[in-house]
Amino acid sequence: MKIIVCIKQVPDSEAKVVAADGKASWGDAPLVINPFDEYAVEGALQQKEAQGGEVIALCLGPETAKEALKHALAMGSDSAILVSDPALGAVDSQGAAKLLAAAIPKIGGVEMVVFGRQTLDDGTGLTIAQTARVLGWPLLSFAGAIKVDGGKATVERVFEEGKQTISASLPAVVSVVQSIGEPRYPSFMGIRKASKAVIPQWSLADLGVTAPTPVVTRAALDNPPSRDVTCEIITGETPAQIAEALAEKILAEKVL
Amino acid sequence: MYFELNEEQRMWQKTVHDFVAAEVKPKARDIDETATFNWDATRKMGPIGLLGLSIPEEYGGAGVDAISAAIAIEELGWGCGSTALAIAAHNGLGTAPISLYASEELKKRWLPLVASGRGKLGSLALTEPGAGSDLQGGVRTRAEKVGNEWIINGSKMWCTNASIAEYIITLVRTNPAGGSRSLSMILVPTNTPGLRIAPAEKKMGLKGSPTHEVTYEDVRVPLDNLIGEANRGLHQTLATLDGGRISIGALSVGLAQAAYEAAIEYSKQRHTFGKPLAEHQAIQFMLADAATEIEAARLLIYRAAWLKQEGRPYSKEAAMGKLYATEMAERVSRNAIQIHGGYGYSREYPVERIYRDARLMTIGEGTSEMQRMVIARQVLLND
Ligand SMILES: Cc1cc2nc3c(=O)[nH]c(=O)nc-3n(C[C@H](O)[C@H](O)[C@H](O)COP(=O)(O)OP(=O)(O)OC[C@H]3O[C@@H](n4cnc5c(N)ncnc54)[C@H](O)[C@@H]3O)c2cc1C
Repeated sequence: MKIIVCIKQVPDSEAKVVAADGKASWGDAPLVINPFDEYAVEGALQQKEAQGGEVIALCLGPETAKEALKHALAMGSDSAILVSDPALGAVDSQGAAKLLAAAIPKIGGVEMVVFGRQTLDDGTGLTIAQTARVLGWPLLSFAGAIKVDGGKATVERVFEEGKQTISASLPAVVSVVQSIGEPRYPSFMGIRKASKAVIPQWSLADLGVTAPTPVVTRAALDNPPSRDVTCEIITGETPAQIAEALAEKILAEKVL
Repeated sequence: MYFELNEEQRMWQKTVHDFVAAEVKPKARDIDETATFNWDATRKMGPIGLLGLSIPEEYGGAGVDAISAAIAIEELGWGCGSTALAIAAHNGLGTAPISLYASEELKKRWLPLVASGRGKLGSLALTEPGAGSDLQGGVRTRAEKVGNEWIINGSKMWCTNASIAEYIITLVRTNPAGGSRSLSMILVPTNTPGLRIAPAEKKMGLKGSPTHEVTYEDVRVPLDNLIGEANRGLHQTLATLDGGRISIGALSVGLAQAAYEAAIEYSKQRHTFGKPLAEHQAIQFMLADAATEIEAARLLIYRAAWLKQEGRPYSKEAAMGKLYATEMAERVSRNAIQIHGGYGYSREYPVERIYRDARLMTIGEGTSEMQRMVIARQVLLND
């Protein structure tokens, strides 16, 4: 089975993101593979192990995003492709879906496209459904487990209210949640392969498309209002007294 | 000259660092307090390649370059001295002699198992009650050829990993005449009748790394369990220890790095005389010395590793790296306690554990005195 795993590069979760002049910046914080996408790579690799086949990591982003693809290779993906073009400015989720949906048929013979549930930066989680829509493929979202049998994928959807089992014929788009399993650590052999890999870069011309016009534009980007935090140390004779004073405070402040 | 890790080494360093931060460092205090080995993390090390650093890929290992091996042990040392020592001993002592010298059959039988993380580890028993620094003159454990078997009798001391190992590579006397060509290495599976592994020694530190006395009473193993050539065991041992020195040096750099990071953090939080400790010059000087010495030790270790992987002589440089890095780790962890004041002496903070762990490093795999002897012999020979 040929599986595509779509990944994005995002600022590290510990980065301090600030907004200035309508733009977000994160200083020199490292860029990493979107943590949710590590689960997607894990899910894709599990399918490869179960079914045989190959896993191809696909990323839309600037050239630096090759680092994120290398992480996917080091985890065990067979190959990687970067979609990147200097003509691309800000790409919204629909634009990203159009570009990914143009790259996937070019790869050819793909039976499953796996996404993480959302990204850590924009976090809309929209690209997944939009990509499925442009491809015209069914979407099996929030999968905590995937089973493929006879040209059909069955997933267990996991959400707050409970679980749901649904299936669709392949090819299909799947998004995974954490229950798929902890992402494996890269191996030295994977790293060796990744560090030597030459990752092909596909331009808009290669895909035969023009730069998508954003349908969503950002009117403003502001920092969250700063909060005044005061710290109060609760004292008392005994731990029980301290606990009681603390409980009263919590109730008085209506935290609980 | 180019002082940068290559891309592969950088990715490897980050991977091992992330792994250690998640799976090893958080358990360091607990495994020290309870004297238990961290099997959970060790099982996960197999697929990453951490249990096959010196094992070629065809036997299930990662076959990493010497600098990448040093990086891995340094990162493990940064997380937990005990776990790092067990894994360093497994790679450098417990598997390297098999990769380097053993027959195809022994390699196939044992290496894939111990590299995978599904089996137990490897161990090497050189030291005896009467033989440590002086192996050539001191080793009394003997193996006699009877029929198609070796019969081994004797006892070994301080064998790291013995109770968590599949086998013990045992240095034995095979030629009663003595001399440098009288010792051999024989692989003894730990389930062999007559082999007795005593309860773990009670140690000052490194309590999560079990160390054992081992006795051999008419232990019988096939002749084919000989590793390398008969009566070449001392040469094989000395070559193994050269590599082991890089590893113990790297481990020490990791320990020092952890103590230094803890000291930096504490010195920013704790206030005395109206300012953070970090703004007192006496504290700053300790931190500056630590930063400088850690860097110097790391460079010595990397260079010894680089010489090793280039296939050039590296025994002097490995001895220099081990000597400097291990003594440095003791100083840096000592000062880290000093910077913590009374809290540094408490088990609530990691620096007292690091100090206890670091103390072994100037003794194991060749004492500082032996390193100085190796270095002196070479500098006097050449100048
Ligand atoms: C935690 C731990 C783990 C260990 N793991 C292993 C293991 O896995 N396998 C293994 O085989 N061994 C292991 N050892 C043993 C270790 O390698 C020895 O303790 C070490 O080599 C020193 O030998 P010794 O203890 O017999 O000291 P000795 O050789 O008796 O030395 C005592 C002191 O005399 C000094 N000295 C000796 N000879 C000279 C000389 N000619 N000139 C000047 N000074 C000299 C030494 O430097 C030392 O200071 C371990 C030890 C410990 C504590």
